[in-house]
Order: sequence, then structure tokens, then C-alpha cells
Amino acid sequence: MAGNKSSDKKKIPRTKMPEQDPKERIKNFDEVALGYREEDALKESLRCLQCKKPRCIEGCPVGIDIKSFIRLISERKFDEALEKIREKNSLPAICGRVCPQEDQCEKECILGIKDEPVAIGRLERFVADRKLDRDFGSEPNFESNSNSESSGLGKEGSGKGSSIDSLSRVAVIGSGPAGLTCAGELARMGYKVTIFEALHKPGGVLVYGIPEFRLPKRIVEKEIEFVKSLGVEIKVNMVVGKIFTIDDLLNSGYRSVFIATGAGLPYFMNIPGENLNGVYSANEYLTRSNLMKAYLFPEWDTPIKKGKRVAVIGGGNVAMDSARTAKRLGAEHVYLIYRRSEKEMPARIEEVGHAKEEGIEFVLLANPVEIIGKDGWVDKIRCIKMELGEPDESGRRRPIPVKGSEFDIDVDVVVVAIGQGPNPLLTSTVPDLKLKKSGNIEADLETCKTSKKGVFAGGDIVTGAATVILAMGAGKKAARAIDEYIRTGVW
Amino acid sequence: MYRIVKKEKLANDVVRFDVKAPLVSRRAKAGQFVIIRVSEKGERIPLTISDYNTSEGIISLVAMRVGKTTALLSTLNEGDEIIDLVGPLGKESEIGKFGTVVCVGGGVGIAPVMPIAKELKKKENYIISILGARDKDHLILVPEMEKISDELYLCSDDGSIGFHGFVSDFLKELLEEKVLEGREKSNFASSGTKNENINNINNGNINRVIAIGPAPMMYAVSKVTRPYGIKTIVSLNSIMVDGTGMCGTCRVEVGGKTRFVCVDGPEFDGHEVDFDLLLARQKAYHQEERLSMELYEEKCRCGQEKALW
Ligand SMILES: Cc1cc2nc3c(=O)[nH]c(=O)nc-3n(C[C@H](O)[C@H](O)[C@H](O)COP(=O)(O)OP(=O)(O)OC[C@H]3O[C@@H](n4cnc5c(N)ncnc54)[C@H](O)[C@@H]3O)c2cc1C
Repeated sequence: MAGNKSSDKKKIPRTKMPEQDPKERIKNFDEVALGYREEDALKESLRCLQCKKPRCIEGCPVGIDIKSFIRLISERKFDEALEKIREKNSLPAICGRVCPQEDQCEKECILGIKDEPVAIGRLERFVADRKLDRDFGSEPNFESNSNSESSGLGKEGSGKGSSIDSLSRVAVIGSGPAGLTCAGELARMGYKVTIFEALHKPGGVLVYGIPEFRLPKRIVEKEIEFVKSLGVEIKVNMVVGKIFTIDDLLNSGYRSVFIATGAGLPYFMNIPGENLNGVYSANEYLTRSNLMKAYLFPEWDTPIKKGKRVAVIGGGNVAMDSARTAKRLGAEHVYLIYRRSEKEMPARIEEVGHAKEEGIEFVLLANPVEIIGKDGWVDKIRCIKMELGEPDESGRRRPIPVKGSEFDIDVDVVVVAIGQGPNPLLTSTVPDLKLKKSGNIEADLETCKTSKKGVFAGGDIVTGAATVILAMGAGKKAARAIDEYIRTGVW
Repeated sequence: MYRIVKKEKLANDVVRFDVKAPLVSRRAKAGQFVIIRVSEKGERIPLTISDYNTSEGIISLVAMRVGKTTALLSTLNEGDEIIDLVGPLGKESEIGKFGTVVCVGGGVGIAPVMPIAKELKKKENYIISILGARDKDHLILVPEMEKISDELYLCSDDGSIGFHGFVSDFLKELLEEKVLEGREKSNFASSGTKNENINNINNGNINRVIAIGPAPMMYAVSKVTRPYGIKTIVSLNSIMVDGTGMCGTCRVEVGGKTRFVCVDGPEFDGHEVDFDLLLARQKAYHQEERLSMELYEEKCRCGQEKALW
């Protein structure tokens, strides 16, 4: 074990996390990263310098007291460490797995200047999993999502003897990280919260988007159980805007509404051939595989095309997840086509690494111009080479097509993963809700207040496709602002 | 859970379910659909709402047994529950006062035509219904449609009832006849008779055609009406997953633009729809669907599942 002097600590290398062997893991959908064992976590926790002014905390969008939870780990006080995290983050097992730590807490870590930063995400995951593992021993009933039609509309709540009166009901629309966090926070304050979710399963992107091999669904279910245990009711199969409107909610006893409907509209490239059979939006591809379990077809009923040669277009997390899913569905070649270079890829570094290990073939500085079909099915994808020009608004160098550089790749499945926008299904039914040009909801980033009284919004529907932790952060801020609004009546 | 309060066999492999879904029934409009799932490992399939009763909180769904999911669905009985049901989805039909509307229903497509015809009738349109099916036994909802229609014609592919042939063939004949009739009338009008209101219903002019059924049928109907320039509305039955515009599997091309059937439709102008694309996309999972069905039927034969009917 290392001594206490920081000079010693710097010398301990960052503790590796055990992982499934790439050759094996491309044949299954089990989780790739296996998580720290206790000895790994203890060793890693001792690397932390316990800075007087911990910069890591500033790098965390929800301000977890990182320094303290790591100290608690080093003292083997694992439950207390979890409690410390939970003060700020109700979904630690999820964030430990999917946060882009390299751009947040770990980016700020002092050790990172000369060496590798403390593996904060892995430690967060360790304490969360340790608790979950114990809970899995006494399996509760996951299938208790309220799925009956009594929406609670017009029914009075019974506020479980809390100090806030029973009329203080809040509706949350969408059960992704923003919605779950807001609901959890409000329930803790004593509000009676109902989440309305369009799909038949709660969780948002955590369930329909991010694959099992990166975020096991039983963990998401557990975290949702926890939110429910706080008294939150989740109603699935409820597309707000269709089955009722926000005004219906406000008129039937909900004091406030939080919109957390995410970025659920797939973008296509608008190139010829995009409607051929075998071309998927990443949303469809991942929803079939994750939510509908198409990788278990025909045991599960939803099918998916198992391409032999698959092209995935894009360079973000969604593209990585699609490419790695294609590999696991049995593709011999998976081409990841990205118009910039690897440096500009917005995906988590760890996942880029995983994708490479799994044999995903990166076709960089290339952009599709046409998908060519045969008998109604995808046959080839035609790309043009790109070169990088001046930086654009995002600070990344703008890709420019190289004239006459077209080339074809033989493929039988194409997955378009170039981004998602706001789905207008709900917003188009709320005339007094102000939207940005992009279609995202205009809301105050601190209070999540929208232009409509009593209505708050946060997460991807406000920011555009972002991250789990930012969505959670918004959910938290919204909860505070909703509480204040309900208590004071001041808008 | 959504309880089946009534099950009725409409034809050999077609069933109607009345399902308790009070909130959906309150908002449902003609032309809209729901998405259901009938088993824990099941897929999500769209079904058009063929009737709704707000006061009883009930919606009616009509399903033909074509694949594993509809086969499973058809084994459900009164008192059983559909595990997931979400809706009402899609845009409602445009219900206006058009004049004379021909409502064409093919096979189970008659079920979704019914609520549209009903609403159009309420708006005092003159309703000519043309219903067709494989044979006499597959012609569903005839008494119900009779009540709504001013004129009703039946067709069967095998000639076992009514016109021997496709609904589109019958429509073609009808149009030729009506248009001829209309021309004679307007000639008559211009030759002196006063107060002949050209908007008068059943003056031989057909103002709109609504066609719902298998894609080839809607394709054929749209081809028939095109030369006459009669606005023709079709309701597209593409494959769907979420039904909220999130996945895009239902995309079609209408007037050269990509549209999502689940949120932009399901009804579109038949003269603008790229039916070849629709037909191709509907077949995307034919192999898988067949495999699913074979495995299911094998299971049934082995007695592991309830008998189908
Ligand atoms: C494939 C993929 C991989 C990703 N990987 C990462 C990652 O590694 N790390 C990371 O930090 N972020 C990642 N992200 C981004 C992250 O998942 C999102 O930023 C985050 O989930 C947004 O949360 P949200 O609560 O705003 O919305 P969502 O998670 O999108 O949830 C919105 C919910 O609202 C529901 N809804 C929508 N409309 C309605 C309606 N009208 N009525 C009722 N319910 C409705 C939806 O069904 C959905 O369940 C990834 C995203 C995807 C798609």
C-alpha cells in the first residue's frame, strides 16, 4: 500500500478495470467492463490526493462530493461512500458507467496533469454496484410499473402523511434520467409525483438506446425501483399530447408539470437511397435490439436484420453503440464512417477504445453521398473523402469534401447515427410553450422554467442531445424550482 | 393492463375486440390507431381503432390473423388482458363536408373505414361504400356499413358475393358510370333547367375517395381515380415500433418527401404516395415473420400453447 505523501501516490498507476476479452465479448451482449473488485477500488481510492480545493467537484455537473466519497472508500466505509454520492446523484450505478468522465471530473483531477487522473467513474460504479449486488440477492418485483389506465387524472392524491399537503401533485413527462431525477427529488421533498412515459418500459435512452453490454438493464431497473421506492408512480404507455394534454394535467390537480421528453427524433442524411430496406436510424436499430430484445429473436418476437457487412454513420456514443451491436449480431465487417478524424469524435474515449478492440473498422474523413440498392435492399454505400478545414462554431475543424474522391463499400445494412432532435409530438400540442428555432423548448437553464406558467422543462428536450448527467442535473434544478414555485406561488 | 370486454368473430380469421381503455376512448378520433403488445416477449404492432365509445370507455380493434402477434392476440378471450396498449396515435381523418364520398374497404381494411364513413355521414356527406374481400366469408361489418351508407356495393375476388372482382375494378366502372351520368346532368342543366345546384349531393360528381386495405388495393384504387382527379385518401399500414416518430421504421415517400406514417399519417394523398416503396418496406421482415409463425405453430401443435381458436 502506498504511503500518504502525494509524491508516492502519483506513482501508483491508475488501476485497470477487468473486462471481458474482446474475442469473447463480440459473441455476447453481456457487460464488457466488469467493474472493480474491492481490492482494485481500495488501491485506486488511495491514489486520490484529497486536495484542499478539489477541482474534480467543479467538473461534476451535479457537484458530487467526490473527494469525500473516495476517502470513505479508502476507509472501507462503502455504504457511507454511496450515501455521499446519493446526496447529489440518485443514479450512481448508471453514471459510473456512462458519464464522459474524461470531459468532466477526471479532466480536472490534478493527477491528470502529469499522469493519469483518479478513476472516479469506476469508483462511483464500484460503490453503487456493491449495494446493487446485495440487493439482487433479495430480488424485488420489477414488473410493478403501473400500466392500468387510471391515469390519476381527476383523482386526488393521498400524500402519505407528509408535510406538504396532498394536493401537491406534480406530473413528470418522460422517464429518462431527467424525469427520473426530478421525480425522485420531488418525492423526497414529500410531493406526490406521477411520471407519464410513452413507451411500455420506463428509463428513456437508458433502456431503449444504450445497449446491455454497456449498461445492463437490470441495473437500470434497480435504479428505477429505487425511485419508485421513494413514492414515485410511473405510468407507462402514456403519450402525453395524444392521450391528454399538459393543460389537462394542470386542470386536473397537478400543480406543476416537468417536461423531460428527450431528443427522440432521428435525423437522416437526406441522401438518395436512404429509404431502402436495410437502412435504419440508430434509434430504430438500438430500440429493436435493446428495448425489444431483437438480438434474442426468435425467442423474442421483434426481428432485426443481421447484416454481414454493416456501415454505421457517425462518431458519437450512438454510433459506437450501433456498431458494437452490429458486431454482436454477427456482422463480419462493421464500418464506422465518420466525416472528421478520430480526434473530433464526440464518443466517450473508453467506448472508442472498446470499439477498436472489437474490430470495428473506422473509415475516417469520409461522408456518405448515396446508398445504392439492389431489389429494394441496400447493396453499397457511396462515400466521398473529406479533409479538415478551418474550425467551425463547435471549435472542431470543419470537414470539406474532396472533389472526385468517391468510393463504394459493399454493405447490406446501414445505420444512420448522425444525431437526434426534439420530437414535436408533445410540444406541438402546447401552443403557449415557446420553442427555439431548433424545436427545443426554451427554458431557463437554472430554474428550467418555460414560457408557460407552472411548466418546467429539462434534459435533452431543452439542450439537444447531451449527456445523462446533464439531464439529471436539469432534473434536480427543476425539482428545486418546482418546489419553490408550489410553496410560494410565484412564477 | 387493458381488459377485453367482448370478443366477436367477424370472419374465419378476423376478430373484433372491445377493449377497456377509457382515456384512449376519450381522445380517439376516426383514422387513429393504437399500438399493442400481447406478450412479455412480444413485438409492438399497430391496429386501427375501428370504433370507440367514450361513455363506456371502450375502443374496438379488429385484427386478422396474419403473423405470430395477431395469432397470439386471437387466442385471447373476454376477460383476458392486453398487456400494453398505447394511443390514440397518428393524425385524425379530415372530416369535412365534401359532398359525395366513396369509401372503399378491402378485407380487414373495412374496419378502419367504418369510423371515417360514420363521421363523414354525420357531416351529411353522401356515402357510397364499396366493400371487398377474398370471398363471402371474409366480408366483414356489412350490416354496420349498410347503416352508414347511402349506397353499398359488395365485391369478392371469387365471385361468391356481389361483383366478381377487385374493389378497384368495381370503382372504375362506377366512376365511368357516375361521371357519364354527371355529364348528362350538367348538359341538361346548361340547357335550361333552373336551380340546378352543382354542389347538390349525388349529382354524379364524386368529391372524394377514401380507400383502406392492403397496399396493392390502395395502389390500384389510386391509379383508378387519378385520371379523374378525384382526391383519394389512403391509410398506410407500414411496419412500426414506437409509433411516436422516434424510430422512423414506418417512413414512406409522399410527394417526393420522406414522411413518417405514425405521426404524419397514417392518411395521405394516394396520388402522391410511392406505393412501390411502401410495398417493398412492408416486406422487410417477411422471412423473420414466417420463421416466427412456424415456430409458434409448431409449439401449438405440440400443445404448449393454447389452441388458436
Ligand atoms: C445510444 C445512445 C447512447 C448514449 N450514450 C451516452 C453515454 O455514454 N453517456 C452519456 O452521458 N450520455 C449518453 N447518451 C445521451 C443520454 O442518453 C441522453 O442525453 C439522456 O438520456 C437524456 O435524458 P432525458 O431524460 O432528457 O431524455 P431521454 O432519456 O431521451 O428520455 C425521454 C423519455 O421521454 C419519453 N417521452 C417522449 N415523448 C413523450 C411524450 N409525449 N409523453 C410521454 N413520454 C414521452 C421517451 O419515451 C423517453 O422515455 C446516449 C444516447 C443514446 C441515444
